[in-house]
Amino acid sequence: MKNTVYIKAYCAITNTKMVCNDEVLCEENELDYKSFLKSIYKNYCEVSYPKFFKMDEASKLAFLTAEVLLKNTSMTENEKEDLAIILSNKSASLNTDRDYQNSIQDKNNFYPSPAIFVYTLPNIGIGEICIRHKSYGENAFYITEKFDANLLSTYAQTLLNTNKTNNVLCGWVEVEKGKCSSFFYLLSNTEGELYSEKNINEIYQSI
Amino acid sequence: MINVYATYNTIISSLGFSTSENVQNILEGKSGIELQKDTKLSDVPFYASIIQDEKLNQAFSAINTTSEKYTKLEKMMILSLHKTIQASGEKLDDKTGLIISSTKGNIEALDKESPFLEEKAYLTSLGETIQHFFSLKTTPIIVSNACVSGVLAIAVAKRFLQAKKYDKIFVVSGDVLTKFVLSGFNSFKAISEAPCKPFDKNRTGITLGEAACSMLIKTKENKEGVEIIGEASCNDANHISGPSRTGEGLYRSIKKATQEAGEKLKKLDYISAHGTATLFNDEMESIAFHRAALSNVPVNSYKGYYGHTLGSSGLLESILGIESMKRSVLFPSIGFETSGTSYALNVIRENTHKDISAFIKTASGFGGCNTAVIFKK
Repeated sequence: MKNTVYIKAYCAITNTKMVCNDEVLCEENELDYKSFLKSIYKNYCEVSYPKFFKMDEASKLAFLTAEVLLKNTSMTENEKEDLAIILSNKSASLNTDRDYQNSIQDKNNFYPSPAIFVYTLPNIGIGEICIRHKSYGENAFYITEKFDANLLSTYAQTLLNTNKTNNVLCGWVEVEKGKCSSFFYLLSNTEGELYSEKNINEIYQSI
Repeated sequence: MINVYATYNTIISSLGFSTSENVQNILEGKSGIELQKDTKLSDVPFYASIIQDEKLNQAFSAINTTSEKYTKLEKMMILSLHKTIQASGEKLDDKTGLIISSTKGNIEALDKESPFLEEKAYLTSLGETIQHFFSLKTTPIIVSNACVSGVLAIAVAKRFLQAKKYDKIFVVSGDVLTKFVLSGFNSFKAISEAPCKPFDKNRTGITLGEAACSMLIKTKENKEGVEIIGEASCNDANHISGPSRTGEGLYRSIKKATQEAGEKLKKLDYISAHGTATLFNDEMESIAFHRAALSNVPVNSYKGYYGHTLGSSGLLESILGIESMKRSVLFPSIGFETSGTSYALNVIRENTHKDISAFIKTASGFGGCNTAVIFKK
């Protein structure tokens, strides 16, 4: 038997704005997305987290979206410990892969760096969120042509319905060719707005 | 809860182009790892397990005549999947799913010298190519979760089947050896100068490899099938590139997979470990297995035969574990001589006859990810 699933909170970041739970938290038209992400870190992260500056752009985006979402919802330490994180995008880590490829393209200018190489995987951002929030839950990273609520939510529901967790952080996190976009939502089997695919797609379209 | 079974499968690797050929070579103690002198991949010779282009093209030409359109990875994955579909005799209808697992896909398409368009570097392009080749009606689900991808894909298939989204799912995995990955692991000083020695005292790092594997996972039992009775994936929440010193995520994955298996699991008779042969990974695994009270269970790593095949390794090593279980033979962990982890493990040294009722496959990867899946005869 299927349990009821709720949307407990959501957060989205684009090149120019950040929206959380129907509220536009900030808008910025002057900055490029890298500077915009730094300003979000400065203004919306309550903790000092120097590791942030070592991350690639996709991990920074994932980290910040999770940070702001979790700040704007209630969750116990136990719930955070079991939080499942299921993310997706189209380009995997190609934005950072291209940087790494440039470092090995030329035989006479060959400088592969472990600090870049480690970010040439799409799931590293999930790892960064898990470290920050002490989450030991289920992880998966999917590659889809565009945001696919059906895939993410079907998978999230298999975790919720089998009691593997009570909370799943789902979403989309993409950084490519000078653009960033994220949309994370927290699905829960305890409280929030009743989930439907139509609901979540409407929220996604409205951002 | 619906029962889910792992059935027909195919391994394409340096040790053969069918599962039975691979198992035969393992029984004979052969490793696919050889000294490679391809200067396009590295200025200095290095050890790796590589599929010969000539052999692959020949096998591929039997199913398709436009070989030049496809990358090596695509040919490997298509060939593997083709064989599994053929063996199963199943029709690809609108309740047939396809899960694709790859860590780096066609990453070499980013190289300026690649004959292929950069577009091929997108995993979605790899998905489309495979979907079109087989005229599959459903959009493939692509999993890319570092080195646990292959075994995670099995867990994902089980869940989607239990959610009744599909009646049957083909899982196909693949990764190839590239300058990208080789230089990356080299920059970490993680590549072994000799063929890798998982769990051994003198292990010095990874040997890389390439493989494509496929498996049909379904809800109906047949004589080919073994049941998938539990799975879990837990994060270390510790470090993005270094394994946890307490084996936290792996320990939790094992514990949760075992809990899900419940009464179906009488005893774990064998562990197909990750065993990359880096100092820290193998040490971490020994700690996690010790914490899970599994130190005495026979364990091996297949990395000594195939090297680390990244997103394919989890599926490859699950198939070999299933073969081990079906044949009641434990395969040795080649490269292992002297115990070299804080907690001694029961590493398999030679082909050993043993009735295996159930085994666990584990994997761990960058990003702190870990996955465990339990199979039962």
